[in-house]
Amino acid sequence: MVNQEQVLEILHAIGEKITEEKLFLTELDNVIGDGDHGINLARGFAEVEKKRPMMEGKDIGTMLKTAGMALVSTVGGASGPLYGTAFMQAGKALAGKTELDAQDLVTILDAFVAGVQLRGKSVAGEKTMLDAMIPARDAVKAALDAGKDAKTALAEGVAAAEQGVEYTKTIIATKGRASYLGERSLGHQDPGATSFTTMLKVVAEHV
Amino acid sequence: MKKFINQVELVEDQMIQGMVKAYPQYVRKLECGNVVVRTEKKEGKVALISGGGSGHEPAHGGYVGTGMLDAAVAGAVFTSPTPDQIYEGIKAIATDKGVLMVIKNYTGDVMNFEMAGEMAQMDDIKVAQVVVNDDVAVDGSLYTVGRRGVAGTVFVHKIAGAKAEAGAELEEVQRVAQKVIDNVRTMGVAIRPCTVPAAGKPGFELGEDEMEVGIGIHGEPGTHKEKLRPADEIVDHILDKILSDIDYTGHEVAVMVNSSGATPLMELFIINNHVADVLAAKGIKVYKTFVGEYMTSLEMEGFSVSLLRLDDELKTLLDVHADTIAFKA
Repeated sequence: MVNQEQVLEILHAIGEKITEEKLFLTELDNVIGDGDHGINLARGFAEVEKKRPMMEGKDIGTMLKTAGMALVSTVGGASGPLYGTAFMQAGKALAGKTELDAQDLVTILDAFVAGVQLRGKSVAGEKTMLDAMIPARDAVKAALDAGKDAKTALAEGVAAAEQGVEYTKTIIATKGRASYLGERSLGHQDPGATSFTTMLKVVAEHV
Repeated sequence: MKKFINQVELVEDQMIQGMVKAYPQYVRKLECGNVVVRTEKKEGKVALISGGGSGHEPAHGGYVGTGMLDAAVAGAVFTSPTPDQIYEGIKAIATDKGVLMVIKNYTGDVMNFEMAGEMAQMDDIKVAQVVVNDDVAVDGSLYTVGRRGVAGTVFVHKIAGAKAEAGAELEEVQRVAQKVIDNVRTMGVAIRPCTVPAAGKPGFELGEDEMEVGIGIHGEPGTHKEKLRPADEIVDHILDKILSDIDYTGHEVAVMVNSSGATPLMELFIINNHVADVLAAKGIKVYKTFVGEYMTSLEMEGFSVSLLRLDDELKTLLDVHADTIAFKA
């Protein structure tokens, strides 16, 4: 389904998309956080791009781990350790693989959810990236279990993530800097849930 | 945006380089990034490391030196440094007695420092941590990530630093750092926002006659906006919040009146004039007062007041000799 070369292309495309959305993500963060989400992620994916020569020819697990390390070491803030841990855990779960099948999508999303939960000590419903990530993972898994193909499963995952982003507008933040706002965080979507959805959309377009 | 900078991407690097060039007798920069350590490493003591986003100068590089920190790690403006940078700092200062990380309570800072701590422990370096959360403006309930760490952090650096310099063990240094955290409370207000260079415009807006009450050190919103009032009334409100949070009766206190970056000393003294009067009227004795720039927020116009409740141990440690760029005792 997806080979090594395609994984590199997807990482590159995610970087381009995040850079494109940089100001939008930062604006979202300005309202309920500290206004650096897009700037920081764009810096991180620029570093991932720089690591590309090191990733070429390596197995997919190593690629994702390298990307995770690059994010951890350049993004900073909370999103650095969170996305960094997510990518590193996914890399660990796919160690040695040179080709991904549809079930590996679930493996990656499981690793993302577990990594973010571990690092952020958070659960669903706290107005974080998990509120997009968990529904996306569940939707992809359900679609594949129902015998749908990877493309359809990812489309359903994206739809679930988008719904998750909408859902974050209706809840009060209890994690991250937005938690200080209490009810003032209502009505605003979570920047982390948004950036995850952006990434998943890119993956869906490339599979 | 109007700033004396060259290039947005170089702000942090050039700031650190300028600091090191100004004060080579106190600090040197590590090759790996924006980590400053004492010019001469001191062995045989617990090493202290702190850090956070840039934009709070003199925090934290200004507190590296005798009797305070051994290393300070500077992230991008208002963004936590990354684990690899913190890890390099820890490795550079580690001694047999271990390393204490002084972390301000922000989700990102805590995660990045914890990851760095885990990395250092894999190298068999003893690492302990404390998390400073002195800001009374924000709710510390179960439904938030807890109170923010702000200017009170400087007292942690001073007092834990004094304990470490005297050769105390890691557990003891951690205990005294935690004691400062348990006894220090801070609150701030702002009348003009600051602009993060990479963002290019102010993080929030305030009307000409407005102030943000309970502002954070990254320009995060506080409890509410209201019309600007005379300084004495603002001080009354801040002290009300601080004094009702823990019981200061019968204790001596250390006072810190801190500028957010653009508020001049003249105004800080006007503020302290009333802080001192209110405390005197309440029978709270001021042991020592610090007025100046200790934990800034770029060019934000605002200030914070911190009160540290003292006992004999804290008084002694507060007075111990310290010699750093921004704090001398």
